[in-house]
Amino acid sequence: MTTLLSLKGVGKRFRGLVAVDDVGFDVQGGELFAVIGPNGAGKTTLFNLIAGAIAPDEGSIVFAGEQIGGLPPDAVCRRGIARTFQIVRPFPALTVEDNVVVGALLHSRDVAAARQQAWDLLRRLDLFDQRHRIAVTLTLPDRKRLEVARALATQPRLLLLDEVMAGLRPTESDRMVAILRDLNRGGGLTIVLIEHVMRAVMALASEVLVLDPGTMIAQGRPEAIVRDPAVVQSYLGAEPV
Amino acid sequence: MTGQIAERPFDSLAGKSGRMLVALSEGVSRRTWALLGLLLSVLLIAPWLVSDYLITVLIVILYLAFTGQAWNIMMGFAGQLSLGHAIYAGLGAYIAALLFARYGIAPWLGLLIVVPVAAACGAIIGFLAFRFGVAGVYFAILTIAFAEFARIGFDHLTIVNASAGLFLPVAQYAHNDLWHLRGDPTMFYYVILAATVLAFLLCRALLISRVGYFWLAIREDEQAARAAGIDTFRYKMSAVMISAAVTSFAGVFYAFFYNNLFPEQVFNISRSIEMILGPIIGGLGTLFGPILGAFVLTGLAETLNAAMAACGLELPGAKQVFYGICLLFVVVALPEGIWPWLARRIGIGERVR
Repeated sequence: MTTLLSLKGVGKRFRGLVAVDDVGFDVQGGELFAVIGPNGAGKTTLFNLIAGAIAPDEGSIVFAGEQIGGLPPDAVCRRGIARTFQIVRPFPALTVEDNVVVGALLHSRDVAAARQQAWDLLRRLDLFDQRHRIAVTLTLPDRKRLEVARALATQPRLLLLDEVMAGLRPTESDRMVAILRDLNRGGGLTIVLIEHVMRAVMALASEVLVLDPGTMIAQGRPEAIVRDPAVVQSYLGAEPV
Repeated sequence: MTGQIAERPFDSLAGKSGRMLVALSEGVSRRTWALLGLLLSVLLIAPWLVSDYLITVLIVILYLAFTGQAWNIMMGFAGQLSLGHAIYAGLGAYIAALLFARYGIAPWLGLLIVVPVAAACGAIIGFLAFRFGVAGVYFAILTIAFAEFARIGFDHLTIVNASAGLFLPVAQYAHNDLWHLRGDPTMFYYVILAATVLAFLLCRALLISRVGYFWLAIREDEQAARAAGIDTFRYKMSAVMISAAVTSFAGVFYAFFYNNLFPEQVFNISRSIEMILGPIIGGLGTLFGPILGAFVLTGLAETLNAAMAACGLELPGAKQVFYGICLLFVVVALPEGIWPWLARRIGIGERVR
């Protein structure tokens, strides 16, 4: 396995607040990498730094051998990193199909070809039957899958998923787990996800990083992480005796 | 696909335009065709049906339909609110008029200068705004500022006779001279009708193209558009430049139809407002909305005028008040505009695309 994404000493401050402090980790190609931690730990900030929504104050972010820290988000996406947003933001007035076509047009000049590609993705994400609906009228789980479809349409090598399970019922969340596993194992897509739903993390992740306000407190295999005293203390909570 | 084109280099152009025509007509229902055909036929034979006065009214309607479509590219498609579109029409009007009055250059040739200048003007405004993150209301204010700047500037520009006004030579013409745009209202009517039809086809072509999808994405959510890899600066620039270029032709038409230009009139903010009312009332971002809006607004305003004249009333400003009421009604009752509502009613169901 080769290193696809590598962060070293990455830091971001918002005035006095240190949101991310000296975070460094490597994501191997084909890995399913989870980032967990309590609210306000800096998980979404970390995503925004990787995806280019905000520029890091210090440290380096290297993707596929290229320094991408500080690049604008569209440039990062063109290099092969796609993302979803924690608070979903599909293009509200466009149809489900057109939402995905927009993503597919990044690498296709031909609208008809992009539409074909969009249909394939919509089938994979169980949205094909709803392709003519206006995005804003979809239910939350459907909008989350639509965001994943739009992100995938840009043909990423790395997919950043910000809490795609949040707000889903267990069956919906299981469905998402199955889809992601399929993309990861079947399609060889590298995925980094932020997640609170530990059931999904345990089922999916091959590697887990734990953030506690700003800093990394642990990294390792999921089975080891859930037994780590520091993680239990700060995030998972101790079992009542 | 590319391989095929390489093998047949000679018919690639024909193939391309053929594919374009197919794409333009794709997904258009029979009923839509019938209604569009009917409307176009009526407009084509209108000069034989109605009085000279009504032809002038139709010219005004089509002029506003044309400019409304041009403005709609920027606001309706790409979501960038311009309240200073008078600047592009004004530049077109003044440049074409000056070239003709001073150097005898025909307006169609003048377009070779007019269109790049208007696009460049759009590019300057767009660059200043988009490069430095001026968006939304502040962008709209910037566009007003530029139009006002042009109005005051031209008011002091001696080469165009400043506030004294620029006049085109008017003489009795034995026949219509289409090349120099000198002739009777019927000729102007057909010119603006052709321009409106072409603008409609252009808008449709843009909307079903790659750039059209990117514009809609930017309009809907700029951050999400960037996250999907769209270089939003570049596509916002193209929206402003195309919209400005199209609008400038309207200015050329205006100059040759009215034959006199005053900065106070041409660059007045009322010109900008008139352009945007049609699309807003007809339906922002729709293809037919700007055209319908122009017909509804001017049609009703003229009816109001005629009715008041019949009653012997003379109320200055009644038209403006009337526009205000129309706008209020549409915003409250049909926030999407008249066309989406009407399209559903007559079973066309125009989606944005």
